[in-house]
Amino acid sequence: MSTAGHGAAVRIEACGKTFADGTRALDPATLDIARGETLVLLGPSGCGKTTMLRIIAGLELPDPGGRVLFDGKDVTAVAIERRNVGMVFQSYALFPNMTVADNIGYGLKIRGIAREERAARVAELVALTNITGLENRRIDQLSGGQRQRVALARAVAIRPGILLLDEPLTALDAALRDRLRGELNRLLRALGITTIYVTHDQAEAMELGDRIVVMRKGAIAQIGTPREIYFEPKDRFVAEFVGAANIIEAPVDKGELVLPGGRLSIGVESTTANATVMTRPETIRVVEPGAGSLAGIIDSVSFIGDRQRLVVSGASSKPLNVDAPNTIQVKAGDRIGLSIAPEAIRLLPSED
Amino acid sequence: MSQKSFVWVCLLPLAVVTTAFFLLPMARLVVVGAEGEHGLAGYLAILVEPRYRATLINTVILAAATTVVTLMVATIAGMFLQRHRFPGRAVLIAMLTFPLAFPGVVVGFMIILLAGRQGLLGDLSGRLFGEKIVLAYSIYGLFLGYLYFSIPRVILTIMAAVQKLDVGLEEAARSLGASPWAVQRDVVLPALAPAFVASGAIAFATAMGAFGTAFTLATNIDVLPMLIYTEFTLSANFATSAALSVGLGLITWLILALARSFSGSAVAAAG
Repeated sequence: MSTAGHGAAVRIEACGKTFADGTRALDPATLDIARGETLVLLGPSGCGKTTMLRIIAGLELPDPGGRVLFDGKDVTAVAIERRNVGMVFQSYALFPNMTVADNIGYGLKIRGIAREERAARVAELVALTNITGLENRRIDQLSGGQRQRVALARAVAIRPGILLLDEPLTALDAALRDRLRGELNRLLRALGITTIYVTHDQAEAMELGDRIVVMRKGAIAQIGTPREIYFEPKDRFVAEFVGAANIIEAPVDKGELVLPGGRLSIGVESTTANATVMTRPETIRVVEPGAGSLAGIIDSVSFIGDRQRLVVSGASSKPLNVDAPNTIQVKAGDRIGLSIAPEAIRLLPSED
Repeated sequence: MSQKSFVWVCLLPLAVVTTAFFLLPMARLVVVGAEGEHGLAGYLAILVEPRYRATLINTVILAAATTVVTLMVATIAGMFLQRHRFPGRAVLIAMLTFPLAFPGVVVGFMIILLAGRQGLLGDLSGRLFGEKIVLAYSIYGLFLGYLYFSIPRVILTIMAAVQKLDVGLEEAARSLGASPWAVQRDVVLPALAPAFVASGAIAFATAMGAFGTAFTLATNIDVLPMLIYTEFTLSANFATSAALSVGLGLITWLILALARSFSGSAVAAAG
């Protein structure tokens, strides 16, 4: 592919953002993004992820002391129009007074590229993003998914060093979002552009990210690969924000949690009298009553299709979520045993 | 009563009022216009008779210039006022829209205070160059008056349109490499086109028919509404003044229709 290998390495250094009214949107943060990497900024609304994206784009200036570097070159003072970044907005921000083809070719036209070359490039992107046949449509004649593709094609048409996506799938309905997520993933891999992707959707982050930066209240909570984030969350916030998690707080005795439904080995010796641990629902196995390390009673069973979600009380101080295979026969009120492998239990730092 | 006849009964009062106060007087006006000594040719006189034609051309030029300059001033001011917050902003907006309530006579009076024989401009230029500049009674004075009259009517529409602009559009254009000028040319002005057409039409029609300002200022120049007034009250020439009135309405409508179809594609595209 002719577009491959255009990525630039990005470094942001001590970039914080305080707005004119005194609100602190982002604590000073330092972050390295490798050439060609897809980095996802993940967090709830107001966590500072969009602010960080806008600082990298050049739409916001970091507080004094902060620097943005592309391939080692300081671009902090460079305006967005000269940073050569492609950007996709949540609203798509397509130009309503231009056709689809004119939208995609706009950045090339601004760069003074000749008509024939522009047309060839637009045709290439139209094919790449699966919107053949729509070239002469007006924007208001497109569906949401088509708009999303046009916005993406327009952003990559200029062969940007860095592609910035601000919640590009949020405005779409769930089924379309899933389909486009897969498509987007293939496209990003094929293009090989350094990509920074902002989302509040952890499924999107897992599928698209080489690395995920989980953010909370203007600060970075954890940086890691999707597996690290999922299996080794640093704290309770990350554990609960990414995927479903059972958080258990209980006294510790000889390397075991002392719970109402039994004792649970946590694998390591705790130095404190109380411990907070996390287990994922799918790591808990349902066994015969009496077997397993914990005993409990099923509160409810929700059949989801590929699995069933049980809520089990009596095992821990709070009800546990358990994802059981969709084949076992259980019903509310059943007494069951639960078995959890020690390596599936993650010790978290206590909050206070 | 069926749904359909119910609707007709509801529409009846509107039909009566429209006929009595709008259609009948208009029809009468058209008829009176043709009742002069030249009959229907009285209408032709608007275009043929040199004095009428000159007045017509003056009026159209003046109204067109007023519209263009008003749109330019109001767009720049409206965009700035909508996008920036600064001390005194509310006062400035209030001052700009204050003349909305002024009758044309007051506007004319203010132009005399500014550029009349005893006006500010005359005083200043008299002291600086030894020669008094008096604009108030010429086409320039009238132009200034019309401008003052139109800007408040246009600026509020523009400000509302600017407020509805998606800032993301400008940011997207910038990310694609567009300079501030290119962003205005390719994104902002096309998006404001519907507001330009709507408020420009009001400015143009107001300027075509403005009477109060013209009555106060137009001593060295004639505009159509003044001509109608003099024909009507001084010469008691009912046929001519009726023909001129119909002509004024028709020409204004025609120019607005042309402007609308000309900008129609842009407006439709801006959706």
